[in-house]
Amino acid sequence: MTDILNALTLLANFLIIPGLTYGSQLALGALGVTLVYGVLRFSNFAQGETMAFGAMITILVTWGLQSIGVSIKPLPTALIAIPIGITVTAILTLAIDKVVYRYHRERRANPVIFLIVSIGVMFFMGGLIRFIIGPGDQIFFDGTRFILKAQEFKEMTGLNEGLSLKMTQAVTIAIALIIVTAMFWFLNHTRTGKSMRAYSDNEDLALLSGIDPDRVVMVTWIIVAALATVGGTLYGLDKSFKPFVYMQLLLPIFASAIVGGVGNPVGAIAGGYVIAFSELILTFAYKKVLLYLGPDNLELDSLIQFLGTDYKIAVSFIILVIVLVIKPTGLFSGKTI
Amino acid sequence: MAAFYHQYRNQILFSVMAGLLLAVAVIQGLSVSLTILNLCLISAIMSLGVNIQWGYAGLFNVGVMGFAALGGLAGVLISMPPVSEAWQAGGLGIVLGLIITTGTIAASLYTWSRVKYSKRQRYWAIAGIVILGYALLRVFFDPSVTAIEAINPSVTGYLGGLGLPILIAWPVGALFAAGVAFVIGKIALGLRSDYLAIATLGISEIIIFCIKNEEWLTRGVKNVNGLPRPVPYEIELQQAQWFQEWALDFGMPVDDASAIFVKICYALLFIVVIAVLLWLSETALKSPWGRMMRAIRDNETAAAAMGKDVTWQHLRVFTLGSAVIGLAGAMLTTLDGQFTPVGYNPLRFTFLIWVMVIIGGSGNNWGAVIGGFFIWFFWIEAEPIGLWLIETLTSGMARESAVRAHLLEGAAHMRLMTVGIILLVALRYAPEGLIPEKKRQ
Repeated sequence: MTDILNALTLLANFLIIPGLTYGSQLALGALGVTLVYGVLRFSNFAQGETMAFGAMITILVTWGLQSIGVSIKPLPTALIAIPIGITVTAILTLAIDKVVYRYHRERRANPVIFLIVSIGVMFFMGGLIRFIIGPGDQIFFDGTRFILKAQEFKEMTGLNEGLSLKMTQAVTIAIALIIVTAMFWFLNHTRTGKSMRAYSDNEDLALLSGIDPDRVVMVTWIIVAALATVGGTLYGLDKSFKPFVYMQLLLPIFASAIVGGVGNPVGAIAGGYVIAFSELILTFAYKKVLLYLGPDNLELDSLIQFLGTDYKIAVSFIILVIVLVIKPTGLFSGKTI
Repeated sequence: MAAFYHQYRNQILFSVMAGLLLAVAVIQGLSVSLTILNLCLISAIMSLGVNIQWGYAGLFNVGVMGFAALGGLAGVLISMPPVSEAWQAGGLGIVLGLIITTGTIAASLYTWSRVKYSKRQRYWAIAGIVILGYALLRVFFDPSVTAIEAINPSVTGYLGGLGLPILIAWPVGALFAAGVAFVIGKIALGLRSDYLAIATLGISEIIIFCIKNEEWLTRGVKNVNGLPRPVPYEIELQQAQWFQEWALDFGMPVDDASAIFVKICYALLFIVVIAVLLWLSETALKSPWGRMMRAIRDNETAAAAMGKDVTWQHLRVFTLGSAVIGLAGAMLTTLDGQFTPVGYNPLRFTFLIWVMVIIGGSGNNWGAVIGGFFIWFFWIEAEPIGLWLIETLTSGMARESAVRAHLLEGAAHMRLMTVGIILLVALRYAPEGLIPEKKRQ
């Protein structure tokens, strides 16, 4: 019995909690991609950099707050800096839309052109971020590190394996939940949200019904900025902030959006968790779990790991390929929000 | 004036380019100028490859880096001498692993084509085959890999290559890239256009991860140095009687003369390749096939209605373009004389090439070539210019001012921003490029 509990604790500690955390971060990113796809109808390659930009602004504000002694211990100070991060990022995305995307939108350019344009934006933002904060690692976490320490858990339960819950993990899951609920409420119950859905469903019909396209586009960019800032900051709090990493997040984010069905917000969230858990399940070393569960004299030479952790990135790609081959529309098919 | 420019646009642009290279030769030396020229030629070939995909067919490939790296890998696998101890230690396991992989893929494909009555059964059967194959693979592969990497890791630690002349690697590199492109195209083409972009982005990242991590094959981050050359070595030239006399005739020190001679040899080789490619591309564009590709690009629905198999043609042209990129990748490794997996980054190997095509003129082969020349030239020369600019701008500030230090440090990241801005400006104000596509009837 204790063996089974030990194995379960091990899985919870290294698979379930990190999976939920990482999945929430991916879901926030994928939601942004899906919203842009649904309303503006292109794949936004600048999503990763938008997340990095939002996180960067939040970090700068956090440093400012820390230096004047503001703190909301045990929670990280970054949480009160997020609204400012969102505001600045929203201003940037709106400015970029006005200067860059709008021209192509008015000409009804091919989606591929938008894609290339978004890559141009990605580089511009990437350069801006590295110019302001530099390419290095930035640590901005403060507050209590652990809610539940492995040692405490061991003493509490008397098991061999510890279960720990980091503050960042709890904060990530809680905030993602709040943001996602708020977004769905907005989309389903407010006038603006409904007009966004109508616009995404059928642009011409929506225009005929008197929906103001500029307003829809503006609201979309603001929501995207908010999602990106929160997602980027949570990722930075949980791991660490490094501009380069956000560019690498692009593939899992797109995979999440496509796996769920591009343009479908529910799908984006589900996709985020699918990708996160697959990554962890395939790169987790099962040796210890099997030692607990197997017969007492079991001996294992290898780590029982499907893929080396270096190949994390390949997992999202493999899932992407499987989905493209089997069901290109994704799990929750749909192109409307 | 404008009419004159339009009539002789190509000649003028290429003369300007030649003038720029000459200016560098005068200011920074002939050797620097030739180095830039050689890389310009390779960039031009890469941008020809991207132009085949984008300009002819409107396919957006975000994985140029991966295909170029595959070409580079071919350089190692063909030209390096085999490491016989490594082959003895783990060659058998690797070969068995390859056989198992091929067998698994063949079995999966066979099942896919055979089991038609139930989709679910098909998926489960294939999943079973893949898992079994993968487990078997690991059993044979892992010990061999450890054994190979243990053999003299500071010098070899990998299987080595075939020990053939490196020129053979060029077509082989093209073949490697074409093979991967075919598989990716098969999966992602025929779906929405942005799926190809995402799929190529993914595969290129994975290729780079593989060549960084699979040390038994590529030595990973330890790099493979000293690839054999298709042209003579400087040291041989310096000792040759005829060369010493020849250098004396030109009034140049033998050291400098030999370096320049080697670079000229490379340049000649590359010019031959680019000339052949340009001739082939131009012929292809003028042919009925080129006409069909343009028809497909401009209106897929109409072309499909005329009975053209759009997806199949896309697959062909995508594979072809990637092959050209692979060729360029192999040429680059040859020129460098080494294979450095960490050197592949998307900015330099994917997006810069894209900027070349868009600035040069998508759909026009000469445009792609001139774009490759111009953009590479400014890519190389931008750093000294940018640094100088920032230094001049901040010269009013105090020496030890933090702002000035920050700006100087940030100058390196200006490249990233500049590439982005150039792309955005070009797409908005000059989507046709320097040499626009010819309007053919």
